[in-house]
Amino acid sequence: MKGGWIFHIGRYVKLLGSLFTKPERRAMYWKETARMMSDFGIGSLLIVIIISFFIGAVSAVQFAYNLSDSLVPMYFVGYVVKESMILEFAPTVTCLILAGKIGSNIASELGTMRLTEQIDALEIMGINTSSYLVGPKIVAAITMIPLLVIIAAFTGIVGGGIASVSSGYLSQAEYLQGVQSFFVAFNVRVMIIKAVVFGFILTSVSCYQGFYASGSAIEIGKASTRAVVISCILVLLADYVLAWMLL
Amino acid sequence: MIEVKDVRKRFGEQEVLKGITSQFLPGQTNLIIGKSGSGKTVLIKCIVGLMIPDEGEILYDGRDFTKMTIKEKKELRKELGMLFQGNALFDSLTVEENVRFPLDMFTKMTLKEKTDRVNEVLSRVNLQGANNKYPSQTSGGMQKRTGIARAIVMNPKYLFCDEPNSGLDPKTAIVIDELIREITLENNITTIINTHDMNSVIGAGDKILFLHQGNKEWEGNNKTLFETDNVELNSFIFASEFLKEAKEVRLRKMRGL
Repeated sequence: MKGGWIFHIGRYVKLLGSLFTKPERRAMYWKETARMMSDFGIGSLLIVIIISFFIGAVSAVQFAYNLSDSLVPMYFVGYVVKESMILEFAPTVTCLILAGKIGSNIASELGTMRLTEQIDALEIMGINTSSYLVGPKIVAAITMIPLLVIIAAFTGIVGGGIASVSSGYLSQAEYLQGVQSFFVAFNVRVMIIKAVVFGFILTSVSCYQGFYASGSAIEIGKASTRAVVISCILVLLADYVLAWMLL
Repeated sequence: MIEVKDVRKRFGEQEVLKGITSQFLPGQTNLIIGKSGSGKTVLIKCIVGLMIPDEGEILYDGRDFTKMTIKEKKELRKELGMLFQGNALFDSLTVEENVRFPLDMFTKMTLKEKTDRVNEVLSRVNLQGANNKYPSQTSGGMQKRTGIARAIVMNPKYLFCDEPNSGLDPKTAIVIDELIREITLENNITTIINTHDMNSVIGAGDKILFLHQGNKEWEGNNKTLFETDNVELNSFIFASEFLKEAKEVRLRKMRGL
């Protein structure tokens, strides 16, 4: 991709600005949004469940191992798994995974559309291409990713419970006591805010990379890689900024 | 009618279009021909608004496209249809959905009206029964015809075809040429075709604009083509010995010898 970072930031902002135009036909935009919601939500559900289950399980077992010879009560395992899942693992790790899955998918889809002149075809029809192709993806992402993150947090906590109880470190009652201890509702709000912000970042960056792909088929692969790498970096940066601002 | 007046386009140091002026009339197939890199794709992209010319005017029945507001351009684009070199069909949609797409987006027709219109254009391009197939399940010729159906479904006043015969066998290419020509005549459309296919040039060249290194080198039709002494055009069109001989035979016939 040609141009310096100021050029790319400017063009990225311009792309986002073009989303705020009146849709040619609202029903078509909703149809596309629904398709994207299904793609992002249902399409990513299994991978999110599997990964978050094991993250919860591994953190529970490792934390239980560290506590096993200490004076700290074992029910703390449940508390730590819950807090780490809600505040960090569920929003951040899930979005890093989704940056790989959804981000590369978006960049390659739009890149292919650009290279096969499908975007030109839409433009010639008089359709605001950025609004029609990018808008529904962002709306779908900021709707579905928070839901996936909530599912991830729940699955991680369940995974932690199953792993720690089955490995014999603590009882089910102890784990549940830990999960229910020191519950701060604000942390759930932080998790959802993070999910919305990360969802916006990973879709908008990936859309930008795909939308402006040019050249040959190799460029689509490069655009996908750039989408994933830049999204991951920005998600981690935003994670730090949000933690600093909200907590 | 589409008029281009002194259209210039530059990419960095390289001037790709060096002041092209021409007229494209309705009800006839207007061909832009030239070697690769002669500027014909850039010219067609400037005409349809995918590129903005650095200088010059592009007039659609007197309306200057380069001076239009975004809203006016959007309105004009509803009168445009385009067939792309690679067809540009939406992979995730069926043939019927592809053709119906402009109707879904821009009209308030009922589903039945839209389906009737889609079936009408599909039968016009001989694609009856292919409604539920995906583009990947159809042949190259069928994809071209789907592209034509989508381009004409809104009854365009102006039709643009970028290399409509690329990737097709000679027989299918002729069928596509004839189809475009028939549709042009039936609906009195201003059709501009970007090609370097010899069959198209000879068969469908009601008007031919030959570009060479960004300049308008020659202008005429498929009859005057055989009589021209233009060196660049002759070396482009009658490149092989076979075609040179064909030209001689045609010229002798035309002169009654």
